[in-house]
Amino acid sequence: MENNFLYNLFGNNVWFYLITIAIPLVFVLIYALIAILGELKIASWIQDRLGPMRTGWKGVLQPIAEVVKLIQKEDIIPANANKALFNLAPYIMFTGAFAAYAAIPFSSQFVPAHLNIGLFYIFAVGAFAIIGIVMGGWASNNKYSLLGAMRAVSQMVSYEIPIAFALLSIAALAGTLDLQDIIKQQEGGIWNWFIFGGNGSLIKILFIPFTISLFLVHFTSSLAETNRIPFDIPEGESEIVAGYHTEYSGMKFAMFFFAEYANMFTVSALVTICFFGGWQSPFGDFLNSPIMQSVWFVSKAMFFVFVQIWLRWTLPRLRVDQLMFVSWKVLTPVAFVCFIALSYWGLIK
Amino acid sequence: MEYFKNIIEGLSTTAKGMKITLNHLFGKKVTNQYPDEYHPILSGDIPPNSRNRIFVDMSGCDGCEQCNKACPVNCIEIETVKVAPTDENVPLMNDGKKRKFWVIKHEIDFAKCCFCSLCTEVCPTNAIQMTVEFEYSEYDREKLKYNFSDLTPEQAAEKKRIWEEYQEAKKREQEVKK
Repeated sequence: MENNFLYNLFGNNVWFYLITIAIPLVFVLIYALIAILGELKIASWIQDRLGPMRTGWKGVLQPIAEVVKLIQKEDIIPANANKALFNLAPYIMFTGAFAAYAAIPFSSQFVPAHLNIGLFYIFAVGAFAIIGIVMGGWASNNKYSLLGAMRAVSQMVSYEIPIAFALLSIAALAGTLDLQDIIKQQEGGIWNWFIFGGNGSLIKILFIPFTISLFLVHFTSSLAETNRIPFDIPEGESEIVAGYHTEYSGMKFAMFFFAEYANMFTVSALVTICFFGGWQSPFGDFLNSPIMQSVWFVSKAMFFVFVQIWLRWTLPRLRVDQLMFVSWKVLTPVAFVCFIALSYWGLIK
Repeated sequence: MEYFKNIIEGLSTTAKGMKITLNHLFGKKVTNQYPDEYHPILSGDIPPNSRNRIFVDMSGCDGCEQCNKACPVNCIEIETVKVAPTDENVPLMNDGKKRKFWVIKHEIDFAKCCFCSLCTEVCPTNAIQMTVEFEYSEYDREKLKYNFSDLTPEQAAEKKRIWEEYQEAKKREQEVKK
């Protein structure tokens, strides 16, 4: 609380709480529009196309047009669907995706809810998505939806294990689950970020391979958590129509859509916090004022959102057995080895 | 060892693929901005023998109706009136021959037309031709019916009247002979 600029500005009254809630919500909505535009543009540029060019200057208003289109669409509920669960699923998805923003530290002076178990909280809230997907897939009363939901569950549960190991290693390295504390330990420029072993003596060079592979493990598993290519088998278009959201249309589909993009930012923010210094400037104290910190944080996280989009248009989709192979036989053992190595490093540094 | 080799290969091939897509991300785009910056007809990129909207040169059309008979979808409608010898104002056709028929209606329904180009092949005077024009979509289907006849309805009625008068005159002549 004492490090929150809104608290210092307003004091402990209702405005403080309202604005604290409003900032992440407005951020998510604006970010989602930018990410949709980025997805469209990067997709077409990678394919040597120009992409949307006719809505506004060079097509920058395209995401707004898409959202208007989604709002106007008819809201169809299948006759044999379980209406209560069917209607609830998109809201649970979006709530789960949005809840993670409560603990994301945008700057040293602003974090909506300063939790001392922020890392654990984001990881736990991320699991909400599974419930939303199963609910949507089951309630749709459609074989493709159910198949997609089952694939999603098997995938997300398996990939939570490497993520858990990766976050556990970071917790062992930092000695805390408090995201602000984790970031504060990475101060002093790019060389002190956890991707380079955090600050400590030169012995850390021995541990840099482990931190880098841990970053790769975490980022790869994050892709699986957000159901994006190459891990998009829950919604594999060529196999099961659209997976768990086959039957959804209009605003409810938009909720799934927004939740996916919100999740993309959450996992990118988590990668940024755990490995790339969160809101720390890469130049130490230079350009490290609270406002610049939020700029650094958002641009770092947006870079990883870009990498996710970039990967989407690079890699093909994995097969189901390959997916399980990658999770259980590659990522989990590697994460385990890295966990042991980084625990030693956390002890001796 | 196979296991580690596979991991390394997976990572390196992913990096290689990402490099390729990154090059394309900043590479030259192939999209032509039609119709804002690029137009196939104006730039001359459209092949001259492409089959698009049909044009009928009425100075060459003698109403032989061969195009009508060749059309597989029956999209051509032709009405003709014979040229009466008493008619003074008969221009020659563009191949220099005398006109035998006035074409008072030569209507092509482009909603039906399948652009097979059979009509242009049978035309003895090459009056019916394919053009490169392809931008002629309409909101009303009736507007896709093009009448190529260069005679106004008044002129058509006039030509009909001349032909009927000539017929009656002929009839009377025959009766007188009897």
